[in-house]
Amino acid sequence: MTDTDRLAPGTPVRTFHHDPPHHTRLPRYARGKRGVVIEPEGRAELADDSARGLGNARVEQVYAVRFAARDLWGEGDHHVVLDLWESYLEEVPEGER
Amino acid sequence: MSYWTCGKATWKRFPKVSGDHSDAAVARRVRRLETLLEEKGVLSGARLDEIIDASRSGASPANGARVVARAWTDAAFKSRLLADGTAAVRELGYMDGSYQRLRVVENTEAVHNVIVCTLCSCYPLRLLGPSPSWYKSEAYRSRVVREPRAVLAEFGLVLPDATEITVWDSSAETRYMVLPRRPSGTDSLQEEQLAELVTRNALIGTGA
Repeated sequence: MTDTDRLAPGTPVRTFHHDPPHHTRLPRYARGKRGVVIEPEGRAELADDSARGLGNARVEQVYAVRFAARDLWGEGDHHVVLDLWESYLEEVPEGER
Repeated sequence: MSYWTCGKATWKRFPKVSGDHSDAAVARRVRRLETLLEEKGVLSGARLDEIIDASRSGASPANGARVVARAWTDAAFKSRLLADGTAAVRELGYMDGSYQRLRVVENTEAVHNVIVCTLCSCYPLRLLGPSPSWYKSEAYRSRVVREPRAVLAEFGLVLPDATEITVWDSSAETRYMVLPRRPSGTDSLQEEQLAELVTRNALIGTGA
């Protein structure tokens, strides 16, 4: 179990940019992108672990995170919300907001 | 495309996950996977049967329509539905025992919501019924997150420029359903009559 629930609604976050050699639920189009936490959704087994059949899959908070189309695609006026496990996310440091 | 992305037992009943393939080949693969899952202790056969039975016994968009009609006619229920979808639909007998979370997103004049699962085809099965084939198509999944206004227009839903669009990509354990706007001129209709007006596309957000 990780130290989880650390991201409050409204927190600016960035998704990780890694391309793991296994199953993950961070879609490619949303990697290395900036978004804002909307709400926590509850804890769940990290799919990256459970899909590999690892015993003791990590259990983490999952967050609804809102992305501006412009930040995902470079254009567009809509928003996309994704459900992302905590280990996919890092808080954007104060100086970069 | 990995069949793991859904991680759920609903393949058996609704085997077309994505792409083009014959049901027979998928069915063989699913049976093999199911056997492996049970042998390795990842998922018990009993748990699988429970989920499949629940899906078979009442998965229909009529359920989602009934939820919407209740929300249109009962403001307190609507508040509960938007605050905690899972608990609210259990009041009506849906999703009992489900391990998934339901989040209902409300359409307004200012915001239109549409749901997708870009990784596979996740969807609140019990409330919306078996998903339509286009929902599982690569075209819908890849385009609706990128150009939703154009995709919705192809469904015949042309939104005013001022209406903002939010696309909900179900990438984890939450399932989304749209609460459409109540049509004008329906003040005299009863709850059951209102439910008949709610289409599956409206519950997905690809219809009004």
